[in-house]
Amino acid sequence: MVNFKRITLFAGHYGSGKTNIAVNYAVLLKNKGFNVKIADLDIVNPYFRTKDSAELLNKEGIEVISPSFANTNVDLPALPAEAYSLVQNKNIYAVLDIGGDDRGAYALGRYRPYILEENNYEMVFVANFYRPLTTTPQSALEVMREIEEASQIKFTAIVNNSNLGNQTTPEDIVASDIKAKELEKLTGLPLIFTAVRADIADSVNLENIVPLVLQQKYFDIKE
Amino acid sequence: MAEKVLMKGNEAIAEAAIRAGCMHYFGYPITPQTEIAAYMAKRMPKIGGVFLQAESEVSAINMVYGVAAAGFRVMTSSSSPGVSLKQEGISYIAGADLPALIVNVQRGGPGLGGIQPSQSDYFQATKGGGHGDYRLIVLAPASVQEMADLTVKAFDLADKYRVPAMLLADGTMGQMMEPVELPEPQNSNVEKPWAVRGTNNQRKHNVVNSLYLKPEILEQTNFERFERYKKIEENECIYEEFMMDDAEYCVVAFGIAARISKNAVIEARKQGIKVGLIRPITLWPFPKAPLAKAAKQVKGFVSVELSMGQMIEDVKLAVNCSKPVNLCNRVGGMIPSPEQVLESIKNLVKEAE
Repeated sequence: MVNFKRITLFAGHYGSGKTNIAVNYAVLLKNKGFNVKIADLDIVNPYFRTKDSAELLNKEGIEVISPSFANTNVDLPALPAEAYSLVQNKNIYAVLDIGGDDRGAYALGRYRPYILEENNYEMVFVANFYRPLTTTPQSALEVMREIEEASQIKFTAIVNNSNLGNQTTPEDIVASDIKAKELEKLTGLPLIFTAVRADIADSVNLENIVPLVLQQKYFDIKE
Repeated sequence: MAEKVLMKGNEAIAEAAIRAGCMHYFGYPITPQTEIAAYMAKRMPKIGGVFLQAESEVSAINMVYGVAAAGFRVMTSSSSPGVSLKQEGISYIAGADLPALIVNVQRGGPGLGGIQPSQSDYFQATKGGGHGDYRLIVLAPASVQEMADLTVKAFDLADKYRVPAMLLADGTMGQMMEPVELPEPQNSNVEKPWAVRGTNNQRKHNVVNSLYLKPEILEQTNFERFERYKKIEENECIYEEFMMDDAEYCVVAFGIAARISKNAVIEARKQGIKVGLIRPITLWPFPKAPLAKAAKQVKGFVSVELSMGQMIEDVKLAVNCSKPVNLCNRVGGMIPSPEQVLESIKNLVKEAE
């Protein structure tokens, strides 16, 4: 994670934690002193979006660009015109949160020419090996190829975000590292960091840990 | 112990159904349950099962009717407006005494309503929904684990009693992600001697039908069906009690509302209020007995619902209006906060004093 590209795209199997990663990554970039904007380009997921973190992001001075109807009562996945400003305005650092799977990645198509032409981007695959359809490096690779096919953009890096929600233990994350390394080998792409819930990040003995602050929800039972 | 995986509630339903031996899924997409269909579309072809996106909810439920008549485990899923469309077919399935699973991941209504979560199909699910005298076994999960476990349970109960079962979830339960231990795959080898799948010239042919030409016979089949319903009420009621032992007040809530209420109960206990929670897991049969028992112990009830107050009627009936029952609710896709539930508990305490 030495070289910060101007555009960072997070894509992957749906439910792999792209939104949490994107939000935390945007804050990380901001803390490095960059001028950051984040866009929610998720056209698949109806609930639990980047917009849920808008208050936090705005407080950090990060502008959030969301579909006009995000968090409303209609499921109208129309992308906002402002999203073009992220790929066209070269003065800002852009974080793009892409919808899950190949279906979500289709949304990238219209931004692709600008992204490829400028060629200053990182296309990051977010992997969670505790998701039932991507429990192996091979099945994760399958999803990667589907997304590349749909978006027509090749992945350039991998993030390991393997977790079991609030029941994740440090051992779970360490155990997933073998699979992440295997995916690294299969694809030839670098594993740029392993994301870990902030409260257990210190107990995970791996290189390149990024602690994640997760959204708390009203139905998380506090017992 | 099986490995834990991280799943969306909707995915957990789909995977659990496959593991329960359901090889036939018919549906039509609607938010917030589309992941069930998407998951089935991905998995079914790989395991030799059937995924079929029907041309409408009406055709989907009639395909379910057909496969159920052939004696195979079958399901459909939808969200509120789509489940309304299925009601005619559900009544036919109930009238033909067939087991099947219908999943409703509820959203706000009435009408097209909205895509945010709701529990306002309680009446429709528990009181019949379609025409005629019938019941569905209605199960209400409150975690992703229960989305999986109760899906299997629903298939088992449906087969055992030859009645359609409904899994009544809401958008939040469908969309949220939690770790889940998936049930072991089972072969559903339940004997179904009534199934219509060929006689091989070995027996008299079976008939699956909900039409009876003689009213005397139709009356008799209704009576017999209700004898079965009585057995279900006696044997299959499931509920959870939380901090009820010394409770002076009782919150009643199911599904997502129960999770929020649990946080409110924990907070109220910290503030010295002796309150507990009864969570119906089967909405039909409704846990009347534990509520009647609680009515002898507590000073009052709060029914927490994502509706204008539907389950509250069953709570009042169960306690025979012997104690006050208040409503705490949000509707239209809005969700009560733990603070709002806590406030309702405090109001109940104030009224009782």
